[in-house]
Amino acid sequence: MSQTVHSSGEHQPDENRRDFLTLATTAVGAVGVGCALLPFVDSMNPSKDVLALASVEVNLANIPVGQAIKVMWRGKPVFIRHRTEREINEAEDVALNELVDPQTDDARVEKKEWLVVVGVCTHLGCIPMGTATGETRGDYDGWYCPCHGSHYDTSGRIRRGPAPLNLVVPEYEFLTDTSVRIG
Amino acid sequence: MSAPQWNNKVVKWVDDRLPVISMLHHSAYEYPTPKNLSYMWNFGSLAGFVLVTMILTGIFLVMNYTPHTDMAFESVERIMRDVNYGWLIRYIHMNGASMFFIVVFIHIFRGLYYGSYKAPREMLWWIGILILLAMMATAFMGYVLPWGQMSFWGATVITNLFSAFPIIGDPLVTWLWGGFSVDNPTLNRFFSLHYLMPFVILGLVVLHVWALHTVRSNNPTGVEIKTPADAIPFHPYYTIKDLYGIGVFLIFFSVFVFFAPDFLGHPDNYIPANPLVTPPHIVPEWYFLPFYAILRSIDFTIFGIPAKLLGVLAMFASIVILFVIPWLDTSKVRSSKFRPVYKWFFWLFVIDTFILGYCGAKAPDDYFLGIPGLKVIVMGQLSTLYYFAHFLVVMPLVGKMERTKPLPASISESVMKEGANA
Repeated sequence: MSQTVHSSGEHQPDENRRDFLTLATTAVGAVGVGCALLPFVDSMNPSKDVLALASVEVNLANIPVGQAIKVMWRGKPVFIRHRTEREINEAEDVALNELVDPQTDDARVEKKEWLVVVGVCTHLGCIPMGTATGETRGDYDGWYCPCHGSHYDTSGRIRRGPAPLNLVVPEYEFLTDTSVRIG
Repeated sequence: MSAPQWNNKVVKWVDDRLPVISMLHHSAYEYPTPKNLSYMWNFGSLAGFVLVTMILTGIFLVMNYTPHTDMAFESVERIMRDVNYGWLIRYIHMNGASMFFIVVFIHIFRGLYYGSYKAPREMLWWIGILILLAMMATAFMGYVLPWGQMSFWGATVITNLFSAFPIIGDPLVTWLWGGFSVDNPTLNRFFSLHYLMPFVILGLVVLHVWALHTVRSNNPTGVEIKTPADAIPFHPYYTIKDLYGIGVFLIFFSVFVFFAPDFLGHPDNYIPANPLVTPPHIVPEWYFLPFYAILRSIDFTIFGIPAKLLGVLAMFASIVILFVIPWLDTSKVRSSKFRPVYKWFFWLFVIDTFILGYCGAKAPDDYFLGIPGLKVIVMGQLSTLYYFAHFLVVMPLVGKMERTKPLPASISESVMKEGANA
């Protein structure tokens, strides 16, 4: 084996060595170009000022039972719903095997009366209807997305339509009984 | 094909140092063109004309446009109301996008009918598809710039398509947005890229024409140029014919610009973007409707791949599949003129794309043409099925089984025969 390499090396003494150098130089060059591209690619990711606005505090004292509000968080709406006793029961009574994206209501709320979800349909990003009073809430009393017809229930879980996942529950914590910080 | 001798001393001096004049002479004057080209061959030059129109009007629009979420909508309204002839420049640009797609779609259907994608024109065809893809990206990003409701929600829906990809989906969408939703960073980068892309298209057009002039134009018979008698020089025969075509086209274009400038647009885009309210019915511009219908028609899961991802893949596949049709079409005959069976499938395919377009414009639960029991979603699924079957089943099978009509011995012979019959 080593003999063959050696004998072919005798005909064209520098071929392997030169090939190796060419390849190695090209490879180092390619890595260099790749590294030089990184800052440009990363410059398109969220900037520091965008990230700095990443949390909001919301006062819940003015939301009566049965109503909901929209607040902006990271440029998207968050729905905060003050659920009625009936809505809580509806959310808790569903059998998990009936759900597209199975999750218990308990796993989606901090306090039963407050549902906090990102108001962006998990299909293609429309804002579902059902937050403002008078809007249709769909067939499951939660939200209805007008774009492609997804129905969400009182826990923000997808029940029917093209959306694959439940409405996302953002990171949040209750600061007091009537105020919450999202993000 | 020796370089021409120039009598003018200045021309000669330049040409000896940079043979740009010889090159232009070669490609726009003496280029041997089949002598039987029909008006279907006008659409390439028309597309080039619209591209230049779009670049020129775009440059002037940028002089008055502000790419910021707080000011974009108002700066467009200022162009419409206060800038001298701003309304004209914007309406030309706005409708020019639609004209570009009309012209290019006809150009593509022409290529499909006459087998212009078949050897040796595969590279020419591929570059054409790349131009179509670049046009779609450019049109999409341009539509976002006025920052109306449809701008915002169209951008949201389309960028969200990328979230369908497993693992990389969400970081990819955040990267595209430059934030956690479509917002100012998104608008800014779309503006930057919308200005860049036309020049990319221009570069691709140069390659497209280069490839065309290497393999020569196809023609209605699909028979190659065999003797000099089959061809005529591009100038003056086709320069004048292309100019005539541009004249006719400008009448059509002007009807929209001056009498129905908003006919092809959506009224909701005159409402400023509102991230908290989704319009009840989001529809893309008409030229995306067939692809949108394909995207939406996949509402089922196959092999555990979710519907959303399948829809996105099907939509991309509907264009990518065009790359391989030079090999899917097994027929030895180029032109459908001599393909009595395939011809019918071709027209079925054309109708199919119109049905897809109609389905894309309607809500999925509506009834197709008001026919009770026939939902738009079902019709969309059937036409999506035919769209792919046309390429994957009809093209290979019909090409093998069909008995084609006899081809003329040459372009000249076909011209003489048609002349005698007339």
